[in-house]
Amino acid sequence: MNAVQSLAHFIPESILIVTGFLILVLDLFSKPKRWLGWLALAGTTGALAYAAATIPGNTLPLFYGYFTIDPFSVFFRITALVIITVTILMALAHKGTPPKQEGELYALLAFIGTGLILMAASTNLLMIFISIEFVSLTSYILAGFEKHEGASNEASLKYLLFGSVASATMLYGMSLLFGLTGSVELNGIRDALAGCGNTGPLLLIAMALLFVGLSFKISAAPFHMWAPDVYTGAPTPIAGFLTVGPKAMGFAILLRVLFIALPALQKEWSSLFAVLSALTMTVGNIAAVSQTNIKRLLAYSSIAQAGYILMGIAAANAIGLEGILFYIAAYALTNLGAFTIVIVVVNQSKSEEISSFAGLAKRSPFIAASLAVFFVSLAGIPPLAGYFGKVLVFAGVIEQKLVALAVIAAVNSAIAAFYYFKVVKEMYLTEPADSVPAERPFPAVLATAIAFLAIAAIGIFPAPLLHWASRSLIF
Amino acid sequence: MTPIPLNHFVIFSLFLFSIGLYGTLTRRNVIGILMGIELMLNAANINLIAFSRYISPNPETGQIFVIFVIVLAACAAAVGLAIVLAMYQNRKTVQAEDIHILKW
Repeated sequence: MNAVQSLAHFIPESILIVTGFLILVLDLFSKPKRWLGWLALAGTTGALAYAAATIPGNTLPLFYGYFTIDPFSVFFRITALVIITVTILMALAHKGTPPKQEGELYALLAFIGTGLILMAASTNLLMIFISIEFVSLTSYILAGFEKHEGASNEASLKYLLFGSVASATMLYGMSLLFGLTGSVELNGIRDALAGCGNTGPLLLIAMALLFVGLSFKISAAPFHMWAPDVYTGAPTPIAGFLTVGPKAMGFAILLRVLFIALPALQKEWSSLFAVLSALTMTVGNIAAVSQTNIKRLLAYSSIAQAGYILMGIAAANAIGLEGILFYIAAYALTNLGAFTIVIVVVNQSKSEEISSFAGLAKRSPFIAASLAVFFVSLAGIPPLAGYFGKVLVFAGVIEQKLVALAVIAAVNSAIAAFYYFKVVKEMYLTEPADSVPAERPFPAVLATAIAFLAIAAIGIFPAPLLHWASRSLIF
Repeated sequence: MTPIPLNHFVIFSLFLFSIGLYGTLTRRNVIGILMGIELMLNAANINLIAFSRYISPNPETGQIFVIFVIVLAACAAAVGLAIVLAMYQNRKTVQAEDIHILKW
């Protein structure tokens, strides 16, 4: 499809891009900049409504095949739009954004939304590289957005250095893959590999280098070292966004690369990902136990969650893949909800230590109850969304007879429950230092309500999301 | 005149990549690390150009890829230097070992 015809199917992204530029221009003329956030919210909600109303039934190779709309990218497009909408609400609720730059924050969020959708819709190495860099560069800026805060500077610098090395390594892997197959299209790579049937060492090296970059994006061990520092130092709404947005889309790209381009090497990569998965969840959970900073705890928890999602890739069967999509949607909503509560509490206490949650149940029972529900979902306890995600990936792994991995994951879930309930205990069983209820800004209430209702609904009626996930698999 | 064989390019780019990686791992100055990253990107560019000349059925593919990579490298350098500058204004240092507020 040529560029002009493609525009008709590119409307959600166009809405985001126009919103972004509009905010940048209006930013110059308006003094109170808060309403620009609501404008950004209107843009993303409009894009979301449009994308949800017009789901194309078939595969559309837009822009000469450089932007593919298929059921898989539609799933991630809607996930990305939900993530960015909730993130804007979180940014509106957060105190501490430099007032002068507020407009730019919302513009960048609108742009990064487009970048996320590009990641999910790319089917060749060039677009994969460009979209990953688009999202990464914007994330580096967002992580350092509170530029007078030393921690924010440091987070963005560390993110930049680790991220650029990972991208460069991934690009080198891509160049080798191009040299071995003569194609940058994922389909072309698959055909070339199927044709020669040769899996020489160079191909394995190219694959490994490519996975370095992608593992960095999804913060899989041993490429997770950046994550705790970046999530701790970045402004809280951005930290919440970074734990779900780029990670979810990183999984989208990983799935496409593995199942479209490299099915010939499935034996090699599925055992590799079984090891990475066990390593990632263990490292994340064990490090999380001793944390006293709530953002750092959630950072390690998000590393561990990536490990559970990787189980689905190690299993590489239908149920595991459905599980990945289901898990990503459930995890994204839950984690965003948890970070929203962190924003509400930290706005008041000015401290990110877990002790600032002491006695929250007495001060603000609703806030405490929602955070408890989010943590129960993250821990994978029924009947919430996180539970069904875990059931599916476990089922996938057991179907493939990877019993050792399933046992490791079960032990890990127990460790995870320990540190989630440590926070819940702090909220319910410790006496509060004062009895001032936490201030509840309207955007935060809205974001919490969206996340809460969504994970409760998915937990009680998992069937619709499950059907959608299984229809979205194109491999 | 015989053309330069493909494996010379690949070996050269491998050396360039290794030098870049060595630089990023050993440099103490953040600017130096960024320079190492540029070397790694350029190693990949040399690979892409050489492969598109010798192997690819349509040589434009690799060349277009390289153009995009050059542009993105420039963007990354701009963002990177901006971040380094913000860091320097707050902390008066660009040495990696001084950047340690965040750690467990």
